[in-house]
Amino acid sequence: MPQILALTGNDAVAYAMKQINPDVVAAYPITPQTSLMQKFADFVADGEVDSELVLVESEHSAMSATVGSQAAGARSMTATSACGLALMWEILGIAAGYRLPIVMPVVNRALSGPINIQGDHSDTMGARDCGWIHIFSENAQEAYENTLQAIRIAEHPRVLTPVMVTLDGFIISHGVETVKIFDTDKVRKFIGEYKPHYTLLDPDHPITLGAMDFSDYYFEHKVSQLDGINASPKVILDVGREFQELFGGSECYEFFEAYQMKDAELAIVVLGSTAGAARMVVDDMRSRGVAAGMIKLRMFRPFPSEEIAKALSKVKACAVLDRSIAYGGDGGPVHIEVRSAMYGRSPAPIMTNYIYGLGGKPIDMEHLNSVFEDLKEAVVHGKPKRRIGYLNLKEDRKSLLA
Amino acid sequence: MKKYLEGTYQQLPLAGVIEEAGTAEKYETGSWGTFKPVFDAEICIQCLFCWVYCPDSAILVEKGEVVGIDLFHCKGCGICSHECPTKPVKAIVMEKK
Repeated sequence: MPQILALTGNDAVAYAMKQINPDVVAAYPITPQTSLMQKFADFVADGEVDSELVLVESEHSAMSATVGSQAAGARSMTATSACGLALMWEILGIAAGYRLPIVMPVVNRALSGPINIQGDHSDTMGARDCGWIHIFSENAQEAYENTLQAIRIAEHPRVLTPVMVTLDGFIISHGVETVKIFDTDKVRKFIGEYKPHYTLLDPDHPITLGAMDFSDYYFEHKVSQLDGINASPKVILDVGREFQELFGGSECYEFFEAYQMKDAELAIVVLGSTAGAARMVVDDMRSRGVAAGMIKLRMFRPFPSEEIAKALSKVKACAVLDRSIAYGGDGGPVHIEVRSAMYGRSPAPIMTNYIYGLGGKPIDMEHLNSVFEDLKEAVVHGKPKRRIGYLNLKEDRKSLLA
Repeated sequence: MKKYLEGTYQQLPLAGVIEEAGTAEKYETGSWGTFKPVFDAEICIQCLFCWVYCPDSAILVEKGEVVGIDLFHCKGCGICSHECPTKPVKAIVMEKK
């Protein structure tokens, strides 16, 4: 029988880690991840897990320790946010290059500077090219379920790629929801035993890991690394299907949730907790006769270009919502990917980008409503109001063309 | 120099793992030094200071006695010569290659 508990997103992920029962967990605190590791540390102190909890002196050390222990054949995890992820940046590429199936929950928080401790996507988006798989969660239940599935995705023999499971800082991490925690024995059976592809600790098969690689073979090694992440979409779907059949959940188990998209004319693409509000706005629009739809993207890396393009092909106007800015790029990272996915497609929707919610700036139904109003206008005029707009930003709009 | 890797990217071991131990021994690091040590067994008092201080383990020792230098790995840093205590002439002297 699954337990129904009132948990914060961080607690839900800590429960997932408890059920995974990893061999090694490296921990360093950073708001808003701290309560996740604190909860897990409680489980360690109470003897409810067998994990070796290593309290390191920084996030750089946390990821280094995790890489070292995973390479030694131990199932290892850590968790972080924002500048903590930034401090780990050097090692992220190493974890991916060594094909280590590390699972790391990242509680999305704004990167400095100035310093902000609240939720936005700039941290994981800043690490989008480091070779990790990125799975976004909408709520505590998804954060719990994605963490469990991530182990199976990462450790799959054709994938062997580290996975980041994200949850919005404070909004999901500290908000209490009713979370269904599935039966531990059943979860453990689903997770299975870790069978490392290689280990540093086998004296009969000694290896060298992380050797010097000059220009004659570095490029070849980095291209061969693509095999793993490119094999992951099918595995993500298979694992999701297996999970849903076993546990009977009602969350998203595919690349994205296409909500009311079948006959949608106006659509928004959104990631994370904002999808909850967006769904309500779509329902409201529909009740007023507007053919609105929403795509909630779950798998950001690898980016499901074909599938997104297909889902948006009949849409007349599409707004991509980004909770981070790609400085010097075409708005935000999700916009860049979606626009690229639509290239060469005919017909293609009128596309526009809205940056929102940086540093935990609230996004309400009224803002999402305004996006749909702008999309309606875009269809009438045949072009977007603005290529890149902002929601709930204190800006002087008089300087803009109407 | 022996080529360790061969083939296309599809033929490489996963994660660039080298599936052998002790491969540093096969890698020539002695080709880029400007100076090389020259050992004189007559002067040598077998104190083994050069062997202790060599950062590349390039002093050849047999039955507890220094017998020569491993020029395949020696990078010509000169530490062995610097540490050699014999006077007035050192048992190891650096010469331009």
